[in-house]
Amino acid sequence: MSEITQEKMDQIKAYIDRVKQQPYPTSYLIAVLHYVQGLFGYVPREVMDFVAQEMNLPTAHIWGVATFYHYFNLKPIGKHVISVCMGTACYVKGAHDVLEAIKRELQIQVGQTSEDRLFTLQEARCLGACGIAPVIMIDGKIHGELTAKSVVELIHRYRKAARGKTA
Amino acid sequence: MRAKSILTLCDGPTCIYKNSRAIRDALETELKNQGLSDEVGIHISGCLGMCSKGPILIVNPGYTIYGGVTVQDIPEIVQEHLVRRRPVARLAVQEDHLYNRFFRIFGDVDFFGRQMRIALRNCGIIDPEKIDDYLSVRGYEALAKVLTAMSPREVIDEVKKSGLRGRGGAGFPTGLKWEFTARETGNEKYVICNADEGDPGAFMDRSAIEGDPHTVLEGIIIGGYAIGAAKGIVYIRAEYPLAIQRLEKAIAAARENGLLGKRILGSDFSFDMEIRLGAGAFVCGEETALIHSIEGRRGMPTPRPPYPSVKGLFGKPTLINNVETWANIPVIMLDGGEWFSTVGTETSKGTKVFALAGKVHNTGLIEVPMGTTLREIIYDIGGGIPNGKKFKAVQTGGPSGGCLPEEYLDTQIDYESLAAAGSIMGSGGMIVIDEDSCMVNLAKFFLEFTQDESCGKCTPCRGGTKRMLEILTRITEGNGKEGDIEKLERLGQMIKKASLCGLGQSAPNPVLSTLKNFRHEYEEHIFQKKCRAGICSALVTYEITEKCIGCGACRRVCPVNAISGKRQERHAINQETCIKCGQCFTTCKFDAIVKA
Repeated sequence: MSEITQEKMDQIKAYIDRVKQQPYPTSYLIAVLHYVQGLFGYVPREVMDFVAQEMNLPTAHIWGVATFYHYFNLKPIGKHVISVCMGTACYVKGAHDVLEAIKRELQIQVGQTSEDRLFTLQEARCLGACGIAPVIMIDGKIHGELTAKSVVELIHRYRKAARGKTA
Repeated sequence: MRAKSILTLCDGPTCIYKNSRAIRDALETELKNQGLSDEVGIHISGCLGMCSKGPILIVNPGYTIYGGVTVQDIPEIVQEHLVRRRPVARLAVQEDHLYNRFFRIFGDVDFFGRQMRIALRNCGIIDPEKIDDYLSVRGYEALAKVLTAMSPREVIDEVKKSGLRGRGGAGFPTGLKWEFTARETGNEKYVICNADEGDPGAFMDRSAIEGDPHTVLEGIIIGGYAIGAAKGIVYIRAEYPLAIQRLEKAIAAARENGLLGKRILGSDFSFDMEIRLGAGAFVCGEETALIHSIEGRRGMPTPRPPYPSVKGLFGKPTLINNVETWANIPVIMLDGGEWFSTVGTETSKGTKVFALAGKVHNTGLIEVPMGTTLREIIYDIGGGIPNGKKFKAVQTGGPSGGCLPEEYLDTQIDYESLAAAGSIMGSGGMIVIDEDSCMVNLAKFFLEFTQDESCGKCTPCRGGTKRMLEILTRITEGNGKEGDIEKLERLGQMIKKASLCGLGQSAPNPVLSTLKNFRHEYEEHIFQKKCRAGICSALVTYEITEKCIGCGACRRVCPVNAISGKRQERHAINQETCIKCGQCFTTCKFDAIVKA
């Protein structure tokens, strides 16, 4: 997913061309970055240069925007993205223990990708699923009412599934 | 043609087993015979969960629930309920008690019975992806009324009369905001819906949009008409994909039905809408920061004035309201501002949606009239604290709010009362905290959040929150010293006074309110090096009690080999080497390890 191909660059160009038809085209920069991240899983530095040229904006401005918002990744990510909700409800119900357990299990810190490139660990602000706190999200799917123990089992399941596919 | 009634027939496995598919056929035939096919819609729903009473048929509007329906009952239901508009009591699901005898969704259990639903009135009842469902509950009727019978001035007066105040947290009178934007000249104006719900522990806006997106759209279109704008923008978090998808669907459906676009409903008013995604920056909930984010820039606030009503998006007059505020507008237009102002308290009108979470039985989304007490919400609606634990505090307003202890439980929910008690209304997060939570640690948690989310533009917020966090970290790690509490108070007051935007101005609130109400916990941490909740790991010691059977699980899991003991004999922890990681505590299956 993370390779930079001509096809993806063409798609970005087409997207920016559409945006340019709108009033205030540069206001769509964040939308363009969302689109880029949707293609690559992150916002590659060289793609920022391309966007800069196409949108007629300095790369420095784009870099500034991309680093300001938590949502944009600047490095390639693992196959599965784990977002641990650190919202208040989750925090009160033990999100910290869950996060520590994941860090221990994957041997990585928040913002890093595991050595096998299977998991990237992130903290999320609030996933809005406070009723089943504490929750984590793996690739958009919410897992709730977790404990330090059950989250490790959950990771095992993902590992097993990944092994099953390569075997 | 618009359906006057919607029949929802449960299509869950039990109801199918109990013949619901044949009932559907019978209904279609009967409606045709009576010539009602055009004005009565039949919807199929997934399992409603009331399987024991199936097959279930719900008639809307009115939400009458019929259970145990047979094919033979169909002519009677159609004749009585749909033609003569009289529900068939015999077939309606009944409770054993006399009050609220006929099962109506908002009258059957305390969880619903104590609520009043204005903003969330349709959530959970209509199909949010079908515009016809919304139309069947008088959807877009307020818009039609406004466009045909009211001048923009009259619309604003109605909102002013209602006493509605901004539901995003600050509580600014909505009607005034509209008036300020309306009186600006120039033909390029904008209406924005702030759906950048960033408070950790809050999911009101998400549920409102996911459950009833058209209500929000209708409110925004009315707002556009009132102030003379042609364009509306919904700024929503990228973290809410389902809400985004439903909004997109709703906007498309509204366009198809002539409710958005050129000359809406044949009037001279044209209005269109688009969605812009946020990208995970809490400060973008602040209106000037939000505007800069829509403009494609870093979401940093700018000083006010000029207010957005004068100089907002792209430098044009802009009206920004929160999702919940918008959802109230159609009700105010149809039921009247006067009626709306009868709900609530002297200064705070209407209802407020809260995301009730934390250590409480019924976590979820509730909407209560202003003036309801915290006790009613936590104990009557929320069902109290689980596992026999003791209530310690309730946190409202998220990272901008405060923690209120037991003596404030009878505080009424309104903007002024909550502020007087030392917290804020905020956007609607409400977290219940029991004795297992450490208030110092909780304050630190909120400050970590605001410190991290501080955009860095102004020094008091950028540097001040950092220094406060350092002191708090020191205290929770057992290195607090005399004078720390006073320093926190001084810094907190300074940051509140000197920060540029609402984020900084409210960031010290969690610390200041816990210092006020739970000062003894800070003092214990600093002087006795003790954390009564056993949360601050540096201040906790683990001990093995006589419950230990000597299984050795803790010994094997200990990363520093601090646990020793023979098989089947009580083990012991060497406090010198113990790093207080807590792994033995979570591993022990016999509750033999305790925190002290």
